[in-house]
Amino acid sequence: MVFATVIIVGSFFLIVGTIVSKGFPALSWEMLSEIPSGDFYMGGEGGILNSILGSLYIAAGSSLLALIISVPIVIYINMYLKKSSWMGNLTRLGYDVLFGMPSIVYGAFGFTLMIYLGMRASLLGGIVTVTLLIIPIMVRTMDEVIRTVPKELFDASYSLGATRLETSRVVLKQVAPGILTAVLLAFGRGIGDVASVMFTAGFSNDIPKSLEDPASTLPLAVFNQLSSPVEEVQSRAYAAALVLTIIVLLISISARVLSKRLSKNKI
Amino acid sequence: MNIRLIKDKLAGSTMLILTLASVLLAILVGWGLYYKSLPLLEENSVWDLLSSSVWKPSKGEFGFFAFIMGTLWVTGIAIVIALPLCLLCAIFISEYAHPRLRKIVVPVVDLLSGIPPVVFGVWGVLFVVPLIEDYIAPVFVDYPMGYSVLAGGIVLGVMIFPLIISLLLEVFSAVPKEMRDASLSMGATQWQTVKFVLLRKSKPGIIVSVVLAVSRAFGETIAVLMVCGSVIMVPGSVFDPGYPLPALIANNYGEMLSAPEYESALLFAAFLLFVIIFLFNAISRIVLGRIKRKIE
Amino acid sequence: MTFETPHISVQNLNLYYGANHALKNINIDIPNKKVTSFIGPSGCGKTTLLKTFNRLHDSSLEVRVEGKVLLDGENIYDKNAEVTSIRKKMGLLSQRPFPLPMSIYDNIAYGPRIHGERDRHKLDEIVERHLKDVALWPEVKDRLKSPASRLSIGQQQRLCLARGLAVNPEIILGDEPTSALDPKSTQKIEELFIELKEKYTIVLVTHILRQARRVSDYVAYIYNGEIIEFAPTEELLLNPKQKLTQEYVKGFVS
Ligand SMILES: Nc1ncnc2c1ncn2[C@@H]1O[C@H](COP(=O)(O)OP(=O)(O)OP(=O)(O)O)[C@@H](O)[C@H]1O
Ligand SMILES: [Mg+2]
Repeated sequence: MVFATVIIVGSFFLIVGTIVSKGFPALSWEMLSEIPSGDFYMGGEGGILNSILGSLYIAAGSSLLALIISVPIVIYINMYLKKSSWMGNLTRLGYDVLFGMPSIVYGAFGFTLMIYLGMRASLLGGIVTVTLLIIPIMVRTMDEVIRTVPKELFDASYSLGATRLETSRVVLKQVAPGILTAVLLAFGRGIGDVASVMFTAGFSNDIPKSLEDPASTLPLAVFNQLSSPVEEVQSRAYAAALVLTIIVLLISISARVLSKRLSKNKI
Repeated sequence: MNIRLIKDKLAGSTMLILTLASVLLAILVGWGLYYKSLPLLEENSVWDLLSSSVWKPSKGEFGFFAFIMGTLWVTGIAIVIALPLCLLCAIFISEYAHPRLRKIVVPVVDLLSGIPPVVFGVWGVLFVVPLIEDYIAPVFVDYPMGYSVLAGGIVLGVMIFPLIISLLLEVFSAVPKEMRDASLSMGATQWQTVKFVLLRKSKPGIIVSVVLAVSRAFGETIAVLMVCGSVIMVPGSVFDPGYPLPALIANNYGEMLSAPEYESALLFAAFLLFVIIFLFNAISRIVLGRIKRKIE
Repeated sequence: MTFETPHISVQNLNLYYGANHALKNINIDIPNKKVTSFIGPSGCGKTTLLKTFNRLHDSSLEVRVEGKVLLDGENIYDKNAEVTSIRKKMGLLSQRPFPLPMSIYDNIAYGPRIHGERDRHKLDEIVERHLKDVALWPEVKDRLKSPASRLSIGQQQRLCLARGLAVNPEIILGDEPTSALDPKSTQKIEELFIELKEKYTIVLVTHILRQARRVSDYVAYIYNGEIIEFAPTEELLLNPKQKLTQEYVKGFVS
């Protein structure tokens, strides 16, 4: 039992250790601050700034969009529907299922939809697809947080004559740190996912300037460079993976710290 | 009527529409994929598609058997690796571990779940593949290859650790403490209590967890694709390369726009994933919900 | 017991939690500008009954309510009844204080604000007046902007009372409002109730018979979802007529 636990905990450190030991030597300031030059993928000059920014744009855009969509849904199933009503349960089941859908399905669907609408692979396409992917994460996380709010807080607001809409503002305030955690989790997932963006966001050596421009992402940069036969390019993939890992770990650690804060302050 | 009440109602209807629309989206995804795979389904029977292993897109022959077997091999290996380890680890965390130790293990498992697939893939390429090629495979076969379904299975197994552990912990926490106390007070050892009370009581929950883990493993794309070789063949042993369904989509979709039949075939693969995962998830979530409700 | 113009009149009220018949054919009149206490063993339905007065069961799917609750003669369970304005007429104090997640000032101003008060000076005045009403003003006047959750439990409970008073209710519902408080704070709340009954109808759920005696004019004894006896305080506590009541108040020495 202890052995199994050691293996599981160890696998985390093994993964991070492997990435650090291979990626760190290849990491340089140039990699972080420049976009790829013409022969970058043959070992030429340049960096992966385009991918870093592309990923951040996509993750930020989709987190924002998903937040705008998810909050009303969570409010609706918690404040407007009665507790354990069939519709609430069905919605929750629906989101459980959507949560389990692999990103490749979202990617394939998103791309099909884009072709149908006559859109090119672009930053916008990536944002929309990743939004679809992370809405279930947000809805589920926020739903769980709101369900921990004591019923008496709802009642306190209701008994002052507040409507459900007015009460939901109070509830949102109460769970604000939980919502931030949900957003961070979703952001982390959005920034790390490849399968959903590989067709929909396209690929580009430039930093996207508008929503219609194609955009490269960090995970895609890792993936593409790794398949290069040039050794130097491969080691860049490791460095890019290291950058991605650092970003994602920072995000998940802050999400954890935040949610701990939340449970400390709860009444 | 009061303007506040109108606002309340209006907001309610808007949110209702949004909620309905978002759930409809799930159906739309399934329907869209189905619609796109119709051209393929009109020409071939589902059974032929699933059982044939001839894959010649240029000739219009699409047999998914090799890909399905690739998926099954990788998933099977992943579960065989992950389930015993996770079961032991979850028992340790929930029954034996000192709370302070638990506070270290659980966050690490959480962090593991946050690592992006592509990083798992890189780790697989850097660590698992050489390990198999240089140390494990040579013992068993003559021409060792690192890129294999075993590599895919190992990487995937590690990837689903966090999911299985968190599900199992949830299932275990649903077994009331009094039940354990009753067993312990009758003189049973801790391990006997685990075996006869905890595991027996949570059997349905454990099965559900496995089903959910399987469905997660089915759909995982990039990490597996990076290490399992992507050779179209029905794997004969764990050291053979394989080509799972999601990898098929990821490698070829986007480049086949000129061939509508090819596109249709790839979207059929996506539809297949959708249906399997939809069913697995829906059923197991319903069962899991039942289990949870029983305790409340 | 009947009153000429009861403030709340409960008629043939039945309430079910799913299959659990929690309130059985309740008939009771709550007199105007008096303190009425509900006493009874744990789980007998006191909280449940209190919540039917401002329809706080509305959001639960498994709760079914039959019968009438008349507020000033109007049935609050009528299809056309408007629940927010009914609730505005009643302030609620729960077992533990639940301050809203905002500052002390905003807690009090929350009610008036949602009911349309925007004028800053008026709000300042409302906040000050009601904090004075509950004798909290001297303690908090210098930190109105700090979060309400930083107050002591006793202070929080008084804040919740002030918050309820700020929407100008006619009725105060208290569900064991002192059960989480220390003796000092309890005494303060009790004194407030005695003061407030000049202006408000008060319904109080309590476990403490002495408290019922100290603050209330009438007491109802509830047992297993039924009202066993309803009488003026002294009468019910010292000379109960029903056997069940006698058993419950047996240990009570005046
Ligand atoms: N949400 C609920 N769902 C189902 N049953 C409930 C619910 N709330 C209360 N009950 C049941 O209704 C009955 C009355 O409960 P209630 O809370 O009104 O008792 P009470 O008199 O307030 O007790 P206490 O003095 O402990 O607060 C109890 O049997 C309780 O188990
Ligand atoms: Mg109670």
